[in-house]
Amino acid sequence: MNNNNNNEYLLKVDHLKQYFPVKDGFKTLQLKAVDDVSFAIRPGETLGLVGESGCGKTTVGRTLLRLYQPTAGRIEFDGDVLFDSGEQYDESGKMIVDATGKPIRGKKIDVDMLPYRKKMQMVFQDPYSSLNPRMTVEDIIGEPLDVHNLYKTKAERRERILELMEIVGLNAEHAMRYAHEFSGGQRQRIGIARALAVNPKFIVCDEPVSALDVSIQAQVVNMFEELQEKLGVAYLFIAHDLLVVHHISDRIAVMYLGKVMEIADADDLNNNPIHPYTLSLLSAVPIPDPETARNSQRIILEGDVPSPLNMPTGCPFRTRCKYATEQCAAEMPPLKDRGDGHFVACWNK
Amino acid sequence: MSEEVKYILEVNDLHTSFFTENGEVCAVNGISMNLEPGKTLGIVGESGSGKSVTAYSIMQILAETGKITSGEVKYCGEDITKWSEAQMTKFRGSKCSIIFQDPMTSLNPVFTIGSQLEEAILLHTDKDKKQAKERAVEMLTLVGVNEPEKRVKQYPHELSGGMRQRVMIAMALACEPDILIADEPTTALDVTIQAQILELMQDLQKKLGMAIIMVTHDLGVIASMCDEIMVMYGGRVCERGTADDIFYRPAHEYTKGLLRSIPKTDNMDEKLVPIGGTPINLLNMPEGCAFCPRCDAAMKICLKEKPEEYRISDTHLASCWMNIKELYEAQGEGKNE
Repeated sequence: MNNNNNNEYLLKVDHLKQYFPVKDGFKTLQLKAVDDVSFAIRPGETLGLVGESGCGKTTVGRTLLRLYQPTAGRIEFDGDVLFDSGEQYDESGKMIVDATGKPIRGKKIDVDMLPYRKKMQMVFQDPYSSLNPRMTVEDIIGEPLDVHNLYKTKAERRERILELMEIVGLNAEHAMRYAHEFSGGQRQRIGIARALAVNPKFIVCDEPVSALDVSIQAQVVNMFEELQEKLGVAYLFIAHDLLVVHHISDRIAVMYLGKVMEIADADDLNNNPIHPYTLSLLSAVPIPDPETARNSQRIILEGDVPSPLNMPTGCPFRTRCKYATEQCAAEMPPLKDRGDGHFVACWNK
Repeated sequence: MSEEVKYILEVNDLHTSFFTENGEVCAVNGISMNLEPGKTLGIVGESGSGKSVTAYSIMQILAETGKITSGEVKYCGEDITKWSEAQMTKFRGSKCSIIFQDPMTSLNPVFTIGSQLEEAILLHTDKDKKQAKERAVEMLTLVGVNEPEKRVKQYPHELSGGMRQRVMIAMALACEPDILIADEPTTALDVTIQAQILELMQDLQKKLGMAIIMVTHDLGVIASMCDEIMVMYGGRVCERGTADDIFYRPAHEYTKGLLRSIPKTDNMDEKLVPIGGTPINLLNMPEGCAFCPRCDAAMKICLKEKPEEYRISDTHLASCWMNIKELYEAQGEGKNE
């Protein structure tokens, strides 16, 4: 299934949906964690994914790696289609349906992921619970090598592990230690070394620095940047700290209740955000500078995020948006290019 | 003692230790600070720097193994470390309240919001049950909880995180304390909700005039909220001064490092400058300056001797040998202090 935009994108996601069944008494409700999300990541690029808790950013990361079985959509990675539920869409992003309103389906694709796990990896948020306490660092980093049979001799395995430990700045003498003997920052380095073991092209970083102290955060952020320069790996960098995301990302996608509201170049998004949600999200970030803080006007959003089990019709943000009109309630605005790859999903801005 | 006091809270050379199996851990090691009425003091530091323990020591709500070993905490000129438990119970809640980091676990799940609010009011004021009920509704309205009459009958799990934190604030402020201690009040919340809560705290401060001690690791929150800032590391104060002193004229190497390690809006393309090494272990404190194992500018004296707190200006104090060295160089003097 190699097609010609092979070189342009490493990963392409189209109309991805991930619903979870939730029991509510006798009824089973659909929790729409990710609802019709499309984006693409170029080789060696960092796409930041921001949003409030419960907006589905972690689910996007996990669904991409097929840790969940997607409900619908299409995931293309490195020229191969990993998953396609078969729905067809026209150019404006509407699903193509037949006369009775049923979607016209193409071929379904659902590949075995094992060979692809060598190319896409994940770094988890909590460095305390994502490392097995009964395994030594050597075995933790070596496990992906075991799974994918990436060595011939024991010596080769050990050599590769020590090389990885050096890459992430861990002391080789500590290979036989257990995870609890390390600090949070060092544990996160172990997690990163484990992800790098198979030489991936793409890593999903799910809040990799939020559990770390400020002074350690900078060390880990710098390491992510250096690894990218050295190894050319692409990241999906999921975080809620907008300053860190702005720092590390080439482009940023803003999510709200399972939908992408805005995607743009990192500086562009920060300098001229268009979507009202992005605007209030950015203004809510406390800037570590007293002068700016005194002069800035915060746009305070009223109310809370609605429950994803009981989503508003149309645009999910309309309940908290001061520009909301009837059209917003009727239909979700499509993600449209406003020039220079700055995509916004809003009727009014 | 009834005369006008400049500071509502004065802490002098406070030491708090935890007595653990592995020996004595000195979590707070000689802290001094002053809080003016109606002002906001920020305590900033990494985890394990002793910022929460400082707050708990003021309230005397330390864990069983913890004890204030020396120093004084003066409320309106009176040393409250010498007070009895009965006096402290009166002090907590009515004079000084605390809100905690995690609004999910600091409310009791088996009682309604209303009964928990009323409990605080009945305990600290001479209001009867009916008045307490009215006061509870009034407080919820004040902190911006919608439909307060309905909310008082609800249980904590029915409320979102932001709403729960509002309830916590309502409870803390129900008896109109002079001091509100906020221990990482917004760390567990999302940015938009964080902005709501910070705005609310500032509004309430203007209305009720209480002083706030804001404990946090987030320099952004500190910058937008605080008049004065105290930077802590390894249980000691590195530096204290006004917000402008700390952010624009940092004097301690740790503060400088901290400010360099956070991304700023105007230099996103530049590399961050992290502080090397890992935070210190309180069981294994160095002899000299707590920060010297991670400090690039460390000198011989930093390893050997704890730096004295040195006054840079009227408002600005720092404990770093670098400043003292610079002073000597400027004056061209010898070693005598």
